[in-house]
Amino acid sequence: MLLRLHQIDKFYPTGEGPLHVLNGIDLSLEAGKSLALTGESGSGKSTLLHLVAGLDSPDAGEIHLGGTNIVGLNDTALAALRRGTVGLVFQQFNLIPSLDVAANLAFQARLAGRPDPAWLKVLAKRLGLAQVLTRYPEQLSAGQQQRVAIGRTLAARPRLVLADEPTGNLDEATGDAVLDLMLSLVAETGAALLMVTHSNRLANRLNARVHLHAGRLV
Amino acid sequence: MVWTGLTALLSHWRRRPVQLAMLLLGLSLATALWSAVQAINGEARASYDRAAAILGQDRLAQLVREDGARMDQQEFVRLRRAGWLASPVIEGEMRFGDVRLRVLGIDPLTLPPQAQQVDVAVGDELLPFITAPGVLYAAPETATRLTEQATPPVRVAEGLPPGTVLTDIGQAQVLLGAKDKISRLLLWPDQPIGRAPLEVTAPGLTLREPSETGDLARLTDSFHLNLTAFGFLAFAVGLFIVHSAIGLAFEQRRPVFRTLRALGLPARVLVLLLIAELLTFALLAGLVGVALGYVVASALLPDVAATLRGLYGADVPGTLLIRPAVWAAGLAIAVIGTLVAAAQSLWRLWHLPLLAAAQPRAWARASERALRAQGVAAMVLLLTAAGIAHFGSGLEAGFALLAALLLGAALALPLVLTGILHLGGRLARGPLAEWFWADTRQQLPGLSLALMALLLALAVNVGVSTMVSSFRLTFTGWLDQRLASELYVTARTEAEATAIRDWLAQRSDAVLPIWSIEGRVAGQPAAIYGVADHATYRDNWPILSAVPEVWDRIATGDGALINEQLARRQELGLGDQITLPGGWRASIVGVYADYGNPIGQVIIGIDTLLQHYSDVSRLRYAIRIAPGKAEALAAGLRAEFGLPAQNVIDQAGIKVFSLKVFERTFRVTAALNVLTLGVAGLAMFASLMTLSGMRLPQLAPVCAMGLPRRHLAWLELWRGLLLAGLTMLAALPVGIGLAFVLLAVVNVEAFGWRLPMHLFPGDWARLAALALLAAGLAAAAPAWRLARLSPSDLLKVFAHER
Ligand SMILES: Nc1ncnc2c1ncn2[C@@H]1O[C@H](COP(=O)(O)OP(=O)(O)OP(=O)(O)O)[C@@H](O)[C@H]1O
Ligand SMILES: [Mg+2]
Repeated sequence: MLLRLHQIDKFYPTGEGPLHVLNGIDLSLEAGKSLALTGESGSGKSTLLHLVAGLDSPDAGEIHLGGTNIVGLNDTALAALRRGTVGLVFQQFNLIPSLDVAANLAFQARLAGRPDPAWLKVLAKRLGLAQVLTRYPEQLSAGQQQRVAIGRTLAARPRLVLADEPTGNLDEATGDAVLDLMLSLVAETGAALLMVTHSNRLANRLNARVHLHAGRLV
Repeated sequence: MVWTGLTALLSHWRRRPVQLAMLLLGLSLATALWSAVQAINGEARASYDRAAAILGQDRLAQLVREDGARMDQQEFVRLRRAGWLASPVIEGEMRFGDVRLRVLGIDPLTLPPQAQQVDVAVGDELLPFITAPGVLYAAPETATRLTEQATPPVRVAEGLPPGTVLTDIGQAQVLLGAKDKISRLLLWPDQPIGRAPLEVTAPGLTLREPSETGDLARLTDSFHLNLTAFGFLAFAVGLFIVHSAIGLAFEQRRPVFRTLRALGLPARVLVLLLIAELLTFALLAGLVGVALGYVVASALLPDVAATLRGLYGADVPGTLLIRPAVWAAGLAIAVIGTLVAAAQSLWRLWHLPLLAAAQPRAWARASERALRAQGVAAMVLLLTAAGIAHFGSGLEAGFALLAALLLGAALALPLVLTGILHLGGRLARGPLAEWFWADTRQQLPGLSLALMALLLALAVNVGVSTMVSSFRLTFTGWLDQRLASELYVTARTEAEATAIRDWLAQRSDAVLPIWSIEGRVAGQPAAIYGVADHATYRDNWPILSAVPEVWDRIATGDGALINEQLARRQELGLGDQITLPGGWRASIVGVYADYGNPIGQVIIGIDTLLQHYSDVSRLRYAIRIAPGKAEALAAGLRAEFGLPAQNVIDQAGIKVFSLKVFERTFRVTAALNVLTLGVAGLAMFASLMTLSGMRLPQLAPVCAMGLPRRHLAWLELWRGLLLAGLTMLAALPVGIGLAFVLLAVVNVEAFGWRLPMHLFPGDWARLAALALLAAGLAAAAPAWRLARLSPSDLLKVFAHER
């Protein structure tokens, strides 16, 4: 099993006392499979994803990634995890504005220490970015920017791709096209995918789906 | 990983060259002003050390008379006979034409090797050295100054302090008109055992241990401290630019930092990379800054040298040496300054939550909290300043007071401005006006650092110019009093002096002797003057405080007047007793103002002077005559006695000279002042320029709602002017407080005199105009950019709005 969550609890401190966002979550995902995470706004989908990415830590429970429990690892170890094993695609594109498209695409792979120019070329072509490699993020359309963000993640060949509403900022047609691309590329690289989405239509296109409600999976 | 991370961080600057330039410029300017002051101080110190080391005084003990007066050559002979190994030295000031020099006479035959400054015994040089007319050794610079003058032959010798000539003691005694006199005796380090004790052989002499620092270093200490304080202030203002440039760069890159962390760059590595980036900038800017500092220093040094000569009689060469210590200190201060300026940003970055999305409101809340903390800090600092003003004393307290006052005022500024802008908003009518005030208030956090820098620069400007102008007013008034006589004449010999006196007796209203001796009073170098009992003094002398009938008491010989600096330095007051050279005592009957004089001065009756110092040289006289006849009399004097032009000077001539010295004294301060103001203007420009990019999302909606862009641009310009104007208003009271501290505390410590404060609203108006102009220029570029912004750029703001 690539990813296994065991009895995850997460609280947020708020003005009206602690908010129990995640309540005893169990979840697992095999390598090469894709899983959709749905739930209404504020149900804790992003929170769950951030825990898996090691961007935040749970108040209780274990998160096993490739056999190791990542809960309680220090910042350096978690950073290494994000460089090497996990890839993140956000709703906001989070490109580096001062780097051009080519540099943004190559960025994470270089950071992880495994640049692969041939694979980059393939990715750029498949993502339809070959013509805009020397432009800067601000000179791209929203759909193009999200494709750069996806390419950046896949270029490093992560074993697990985490995506938080990757098409949430795009119109429906563009979103569908970008999602198609992402799904097929993820499948080709053999990575597992955990994707947060609002949309039932999109969720149905993945191998499996879980629904988050009142802090529990249903 | 490190390299990849670094390229991402550095790419920010490639796309924002202006911001980078501002950062580097701010840092180099700050370093430059600081290093300039350091270079000047270093040069001056080195020359004091050289002066202190002359003739091995830093290594050899000496015998001197306790009162500082010269001793008879007989003392030397007696000591030699009693077995002492000593070498006589005579020292004195004299004029060759219009060049004033220190003459050092030595005895090459008995001089200890440690004191051998110039090897006069090489080959056949000894004979011409010890026989008339003798040879003068001088540093190359001094030798050049002497080329036009009638002197004994001059030889160039490296290593002598500027403004000093070395010659044989016999020749020096002739030159100085002090036959058979000696200033001091240098002692060989190893003295024979069994020599007669000093108390027996020469009871009037005391042993002075070798000292590393001369009188000069001590006298000028406060002056250099003063300069250092200004250098530091300029540096601090420069740091405001650096701080705001770094802060903005960090703020802009915050999403990038977050992305980098999300992509797997550990926080520690990120912080280290940013520190490396900052250090690179610091070293780069530091190098440029120190180089620039040398340029500034060499431009200022001649004025500083003139000041030191005029004010302290200290000779400092007009050229700079490149000193490794200045380079090292410059780079160090650049690095330290950068780290200090970046500390807050780095600390925030270290605690940057990985997840919290950009929350402008949260940021605003945080800055409200910061504003409150700042207000508390300002209160504490201002209270501290008040406390120091009340209880503190001394130069250190003075500077601490200045620092607390300036920093407190700077920190209080954003709070004050927020209050005023709130009020403005309350009084505003119409939606546009309301938006203008609210929006201006919103800009404040981003601009407050630049405004604080502007406040500091303006306050310093107001303070320093108030001080200098007050000083000038007092000084010119004082000169009128002090230089009451119409003509001043200097005879070349005693015989000529007598002849001139006789000649003048019929032709002038009065001939007043200006006779003086030099010595030590209360442990300080001082000059003792005798004055005639004449209305010139009674009516004009700038007395600060005196007992009744002071001039009668001077005339009858039972009192002495002392100058303000001697009174302040030695805490002497009316009625106190002082011991004068020769060991007799007099009681203080008055204190007078004596601006521009580094050393102490004592005035006694002329008869008393002659009674105690019968060998005083009687060459200088002040002449009273109807002003209309002064010129003719001067011409007559020159013709009758063949006197050189500079030996007969009229009142106006001396005044011009004195004022020139005065103006030069403050030219350095004025230059640093202007430079600081320039740096502050730059800070404003940098902040507005960077903010303008970030402001687009705030302006775009207003534009979309139908306000023409040009109109918006004008509003931006007005905003800059408004903020600068308010800052200027706030700077006025701070500057006046500063002037007060400078006049009443710092100057008293640094120069030994206190001056009344005068206010010059005309100067303020000029400064305000200048500040508004600077702010207008700084705001113009971003405003112009806004006015020319294409609609599509504005639309992009909406497309990207998140
Ligand atoms: N830092 C925080 N502090 C306090 N409460 C938080 C914090 N972050 C999120 N929450 C709360 O936790 C709950 C879950 O948030 P989360 O962002 O995981 O929801 P989500 O399912 O991703 O919603 P959406 O579909 O709108 O993105 C929400 O009620 C939110 O208000
Ligand atoms: Mg979410």
